[in-house]
Parts: sequence; structure tokens; C-alpha cells
Amino acid sequence: MDTLALYIHIPFCLKRCGYCDFNSYTQLEYVPSYMDSLKREISFYSSLKRKITSVYIGGGTPTVLGERELSSLIDAIHKGFDLSPDLEFTVEANPETVTAGKLKVLKEGGVNRISFGLQSLKDELLKAIGRIHTAEGFLKKYAMAREAGFDNVNVDLIFGLPGQKVEDFMDTLKKLAGLSPEHISCYSLSVEEGTKFYELQEKGQLLLPSEDEERAMYHSARHFLQENGYSHYEISNFAKAGRESRHNLVYWTYGDYLGLGAGAHSFLDGVRFYNAYGLKDYIDRVKARGEAVENRERISEEEQQAEFMILGLRLVRGVEKTKFFERFKKDLDLVFRQALEKLKDKGLILNEKDRVRLTERGLDLANEVFVEFLP
Amino acid sequence: MKIPQDRIRNFCIIAHIDHGKTTLSDRLLEYTGTIPEREIKEQVLDMMDLERERGITIKAKAVRMIYRADDGQNYLLNLIDTPGHVDFNYEVSRSLAACEGALLVIDASQGIEAQTLANTYLALEHDLEIIPVINKIDLPGAEPERVKQEIEDVIGLPADDALLISAKEGIGIKEVLEAIVKRIPAPKGSESEPLKALIFDSLYDPYKGAIAFVRIAQGKIEPKQKIKMMSTGKVFEVTEVGIFSPEMVSTDSLSAGEVGYVVAGIKNVKDTRVGDTITDAENPATEPLPGYKKAVPMVFCGVYPADGEDYEKLREAFEKLQLNDASLFFEPETSAALGFGFRCGFLGLLHMEIVQERLEREYGLNLITTAPSVIYKIKMTNGEEMMVDNPTNFPEPSKIEHIEEPYVEASIMLPTEYVGAVMELCQEKRGIFKDMQYLSEKRVLMRYDMPLSEIIYDFFNQLKSRTKGYASLDYELTGYRKSDLCKVDILINGELVDALSFIVHKEKAYARARQLVEKLKEVIPRHLFEIPIQAAIGGRIIARETIKALRKNVLAKCYGGDVTRKKKLLEKQKEGKKRMRQLGKVEVPQEAFMSVLKMG
Repeated sequence: MDTLALYIHIPFCLKRCGYCDFNSYTQLEYVPSYMDSLKREISFYSSLKRKITSVYIGGGTPTVLGERELSSLIDAIHKGFDLSPDLEFTVEANPETVTAGKLKVLKEGGVNRISFGLQSLKDELLKAIGRIHTAEGFLKKYAMAREAGFDNVNVDLIFGLPGQKVEDFMDTLKKLAGLSPEHISCYSLSVEEGTKFYELQEKGQLLLPSEDEERAMYHSARHFLQENGYSHYEISNFAKAGRESRHNLVYWTYGDYLGLGAGAHSFLDGVRFYNAYGLKDYIDRVKARGEAVENRERISEEEQQAEFMILGLRLVRGVEKTKFFERFKKDLDLVFRQALEKLKDKGLILNEKDRVRLTERGLDLANEVFVEFLP
Repeated sequence: MKIPQDRIRNFCIIAHIDHGKTTLSDRLLEYTGTIPEREIKEQVLDMMDLERERGITIKAKAVRMIYRADDGQNYLLNLIDTPGHVDFNYEVSRSLAACEGALLVIDASQGIEAQTLANTYLALEHDLEIIPVINKIDLPGAEPERVKQEIEDVIGLPADDALLISAKEGIGIKEVLEAIVKRIPAPKGSESEPLKALIFDSLYDPYKGAIAFVRIAQGKIEPKQKIKMMSTGKVFEVTEVGIFSPEMVSTDSLSAGEVGYVVAGIKNVKDTRVGDTITDAENPATEPLPGYKKAVPMVFCGVYPADGEDYEKLREAFEKLQLNDASLFFEPETSAALGFGFRCGFLGLLHMEIVQERLEREYGLNLITTAPSVIYKIKMTNGEEMMVDNPTNFPEPSKIEHIEEPYVEASIMLPTEYVGAVMELCQEKRGIFKDMQYLSEKRVLMRYDMPLSEIIYDFFNQLKSRTKGYASLDYELTGYRKSDLCKVDILINGELVDALSFIVHKEKAYARARQLVEKLKEVIPRHLFEIPIQAAIGGRIIARETIKALRKNVLAKCYGGDVTRKKKLLEKQKEGKKRMRQLGKVEVPQEAFMSVLKMG
């Protein structure tokens, strides 16, 4: 039976962060009807004959949900899908909203991976970017998760924040590494339209570190984490041996995934589709027909080949030529001969016998690489 | 109903832009019932959209009206429209030559402008009867008395009987028509003499071929007649003659004094050159009408398709434009930087802009044009002389004995308060002051000798901005003068970009080079490597900027929900690259080539 990764979106937050452009709302009064819709949507897709290898509940902030809401959602997932025995089950958590009770519910429901949104261990920065937790708050909840028995924990960080110095970021990283989480994500800040940061930038009031400083943060982080037992496996992701996010690897290896909830995207049998973004719109659609798809697009073979490369090259190990051949019955070297030559000359990729991967420089300039694969 | 020659009046309107020529024309057409009011679409005489937008007439046209005058007689009035811009001076002179009189229309609050003055002098040279008309007298700022004084002082015409009108409000229109009838003489010339018809304009029609717009000076023209173009000796057989009312209506014949059109199976407008004389092939006139000149392009530039694949489309577009514009010159040219394109010659800057705009608008072409150049006369050390209109063809400095460039006499009219600002500008532009004349207490006429190349480098825009739009300009080519000029080359990443080279006076070379390299630094995107941008004279670098290498271009996150959106971003980036020109290893946006044009 074919496998599938399952994503569930919880589009609620207590407060919007200045940099965030995710599909999330602070109107918590919608939570009950949203959760009902989600469960209906789960049952709609339960006829899919697929083995689920990973579940990822993301947001928003899944931990704004109460214990009962969490447990009934997890129950619905268990009932609706055929879950693999070695399932990776991740839930994203905001330190402020995590409680011992919720952790217990998650653990009992089979959740085996927690992903904390920390961003920084410097309180001034946390406040400036609109986070509702403090460094100390995080440390407490991190310990709580460990006590609850979670032995696979990720922590998200952002670098290149306004006013952030290279030392600030390295300080955060060192303290965090001291806690020894199994997985660390380091995201370069990108200022997206529709965010508070974007407004500030338009007004010239967002004082970001220079490009050189920003890259220094990335390079230092990469170096430091590699020295401390983490392997760099994707542009922004680091993990201890065997602790790479299996769910996210499905995205990067061009596997199939099903996304449920408002605005969630799916990619199934070469078709990409996504749900309505608005809460009400999503709820109404589910009420009317059991699912909430707003648009579907069949991805042509040519586009699929490009996407295969664009996603696969995000992995430090690169794209394996045999995998490309298995999927498209075509030789990667022939399909992308020109692009590969050009990028190799520019020193952005290595074209090895069995794989193509980004050089260190290519990691900084990945978009320059990706555009060359577009049809 | 044939109107006898003594009741024909041929006239034109001389006016500055916005002084009301078109509005007055429309009123005359309405008053005489030539066109019902509701059919007048703003401006009947200006036919091209572009003309309408710019409020100027590019090509001369004509219209015929019948007016029943106070004396109870019907008169035939031919209004011949004239282009209002300095680039089309020659065409203006041919239109004037087709008339016996002119209405000099002046805005009651603005007064006489440089172009009006130049055209009035031109009209006086052709012995035209000039009727001063002061327009817009209804507006609060109107000062008709001051304008009358200006007419007397500046032009030297008596202005006591100037007509005071408001074309917009329809005031004084009848008086204008009466003045045309009473003051403008009837055309002379006899129908029995051999045919002489002056071509004052032409139009290409896909079915009829080139149609000549003519004024019959003497003799008669009718279908089946064999006619000869006196400048080329080419013979054609007339298939149709007619009048403008205002659309073309065929008639039996056109005879001395009349204005109309001639169709004779002429394939190319090059055979209906403005200013040429048409005569009877079997009974030819001995002498053509005076004043014929072949239009000579003064400003040259390279025109390239942004997408190399559009080259053929561009050629076809040029060919089509040339059907109606005998003064447009083009020939194939190749540039290392821009690929295949055309070297084009224009009567002046406006002519150039109009052609470029029409190519883009009417033919949907995306163009890259190089900086305009004049024709330089280069005396070589070996005694040879060469004419160069493209910086690329400039010889090495060591082989040049000296360089001469075309000079013009520029006449600028402006309110006195801007004299300082304009003097400064003219000095910056290497102008040599000739004289200054007070037109009234508030307005002066300044005359400068100035290199044409400076005029084509943004002079008019500068003049407008430094005088808040109150100055007007006219210029006339006066000849060549020795100048201390040099060629500045631009090197991008160490490679010379031929399309960016320009000729400049030595004293200004440094400043212009600086300005250009700074601009290029702004418009060329960062690459994976550092890009030096240099300006050089001969082998000597005179300015340099560096574009820093791109260090980061990466999307931090790309999960399941991001693929579509991130791919769109990448597609946008790719689209941007497509519009660039590859110069060696460097991708240069089209804008870069335009930046040479925009230097002050």
C-alpha cells in the first residue's frame, strides 16, 4: 500500500507575531466549530487507502487547544486513518500554552515528537518580535516535555532578527545546544507581505542586520552545530543522528501528503490542491460537502521534474539520480544537462556520480540554483 | 457649383502648443457647417492618437470649407494645417508656401512664444498676409493690450486690428472668417499655364498607394492626365483627384488656386516628397516651384528589439512607418551588446520619440534604443574626413586631427525672472550668448549658439523644469564648428559595451561618466561575483563603481504548503532574468541602456 504523510492545521494563535505570515487567526471563538469541521474532514478522507507514516499537527498554535479538544482530535485521527506502527507524530507547541496536562494527553495519544517555537533565548528580542513567552518560560516547558517522556524534541530558532548581533544568535544556539534537543531548525528571517515587519520595512523602520552579518550567523550556526553532534540535513534544519524530521523529509523527497484544515495544501498522485483559507469559508465548505478544497492543479510531468529538483536540492545530501529515474523514467543528467552545467560552472552545485547537491555556496544562493530547473 | 478663383482663400494657422489652434479650427468647421458640431471629436485635424495625446500636430493636413460672407457671396476656404514643432520646420515651410495668408493665434495671457515667432518669420518670408488673432480673451489672466504691443514690438506687425476672440466660447469666430475673406488675397496663377502643383504632404493608403496633398499653383490636374515629379522625373497617370471636406471626396479636376489630393498609382511616399512640384508630363513647366529640399535627418540612434526574435517584426514596422514618413531613415546595424537592430535617422528629438512610441504602441514592440547622436565631422591625421553618427564608429583618438560638431542658433523666449536660470543652463550646455531682446517688460528673447548635441541631451526638459514650463525654444542649424570632443566607453566587468559609448565635450566627460556609472550600479542587479563598472577615454579609466557580489538568495522555509507560492517567486525571478541582456557573464536590464539617454 502507498504511504502518505498527514498534516493537520490549527489556525489559531493568542497573538500574531510581527514576522509571521502563516494562515492563523486570533478569533478563538471559532475553535469549537473549527474542530468539528476538522473531524468531519478527517472522516471524509478516511476512505483513502494509504498507510500514514507521519502525522504533523502544526499551526498557528496547536497548543492553544484544550486537553479535551486535543484528545478528541487525536482520537479522530486514529479512527480515520491507517497509521503505521513506526509512526512519527509531531505536534507544534508554543511554550506559553503548553501544560503538563496537555503534554500528558499528547503522550497518551501516541504523539512522539514535540516541536517548540522558541525563536530566541534573548527576552528583549522575543518581546520585540511579538512572542508571548520568555526564555525562562521556554526552559520550564522544555523540561516539562522531557519529564512527560518526550525523547524527540525540535526547537525552532530565527536569525537575522531586527537588532540581532551574531553573538546574540550564537549565545542562544549555545544555550540551546546545552539542552541537547534532538532537532534544531534555524530559519533566516524573511519579511513577507502582509506582516507587521513588512509595514515597518516599507516605512524604513525595520533595522535588520546586514547581509554579511546575517550570513555570518548562518555559517557560524552551521559550523557550531556540526561540531556539536548535529548534522546539517536541510537548508534550515539540523538533527542528531537518525532524528531528522521524517514528516518534512516527505515534502523534500517529493512524497505524497494530505493537508487538512484551513488553507492546508495536499499533493496526491500528481495533483496539488488546497483548502479555503478563511475560517468561515473553510467551515462552510466542510459543512456543505465534507471537504473544503478551493483549488486543484494537475502538475505536469515537466513541472514535477522541476519541483522534484527544487525540493530535493534543499536537502544537503541532494537529489539521488536513481530516485529521479525511478519516478520519471528519465536520466536526470539528460533532462537538466544545461542547468547542471551552468550551475556547476558557477560553483553552486556538485554533480557527483550518484547525486546532485548544493555546494556550501549553493546553500546561500539556493534560489539561483532553483530557477535554473524551472521549465 | 464651382467657385471662381477670386473667391478662394488658402490659409493656415500659426500657433504655439495650447494656444488654441485646434479649438479655433473646430469652430471654423462648425460655423461654416463643414462638420456638424456633434461630429467634432475634439480635434478633427489631428488624426493620430499620439498627436491628440501630445496636443501637437505632426503631419500637415487640409480641410475645405464653404463660407457665405457678409457680401452675400460664397467663398471657398482651404485651411492647411501645419505641424507645430521645430523638428518639422521644413514641412511647415511647405505648408506655408501653399497659402496666401495665415492666422497668427496667440494666447492672450501667454504672449508670443519662440516657435510662433519662428513660424511667423517663415510666413513673412513667403509673403503671407498675416492676421493676428488674440485667443482666450475670456480668461481672467488675459492681457490683450500687452500681447498687441508684443506683436508690434517683436514681429513688427501692426496689431491695431488684431482680432480678439475666444475659440472655446465661440466669441469672434465670424470676425475671423470675414477677415480671411477680406484681408487674405485670392490665389494667383492661371489655369491655362502648364501645371505646377506643390506637394505639401502625403499619405499612404493601402489601396490607393501614396496620395499627394497638393496646392495647384497654376494649370489644371484631372484623371487620366500623365504627371511628372519634377525632382525625380518619374511619370505617373492620375487616377483620381479630390478635395478634403474634410474626408477625401473625389472631383472632376483641380485647377489653379485649389487645394486637394492626387492619386496616381504611386507606390511609395518617397515619390511624393514634400516640397516637390508636380507638372504635366506632356506639357511640362520649365521651372519647379522654389524651395524643394530633401529632408535630412539630424539625430541618429540605434533601435533594437528587446527580444532578438522580433528583429523581422521591427523591420516590417519600420517599413510600414516609412510608407507615411519619407524623412525617416533606417538601415541594419549590429551591436555586440544588443545584437541585430537598426541605425535610424530622425529630423529631431521629437520625431525620434514619436517614431519610437509608435513602434512600441502600434506594433507592440519592446525596444532598446541607444543614446541619440548628431553627425560629427572628423578630420583625420591622414587628411581624410569622415562623418560619424554612431559613437561605435569613432576612430581611435590618435588618428583624429580634430572633430567638428553641428551648431544651432537657439532662440529662447521666457519671462524675465528666469533669465538667470536659463543663462546658467545654456552655459552648462556650452552655449555662447549672442543677444537678448526685451519683448516687453516681462518677457525676453535670448539667442545662443549651441551645439546640437547638447540640445538633444535633455536640454528641452531642463529648460522646462528650470522655467516652470514658461520658456519656449526654437533652433535652426547654423553649421559645423571645431570642438574638443572625446568618446567615453563603458566597461562592464572589464568588457566594453558598445551600445553605451557616447561622445562628449572633454570638460564634461568626467561628470557624465561618473553619473552614468553610478546609474548603472543602481540598475544592474547583483551577481554571484563582484562587477566593476568603468568609464574610459581611450585606455584611461576616468570613473569606476563596483557592484558587490550577491551573498544570499535563499528561501529559508519550504514545506508542503509553501511549494506553490515559492515556485511563483522563483518564476518571477526567472521572468526578470529573461528580460535581461547577457553581456559576457553579466546580465544587464534594458533599463541600463536607457540610462545613457537620461543624463543631464
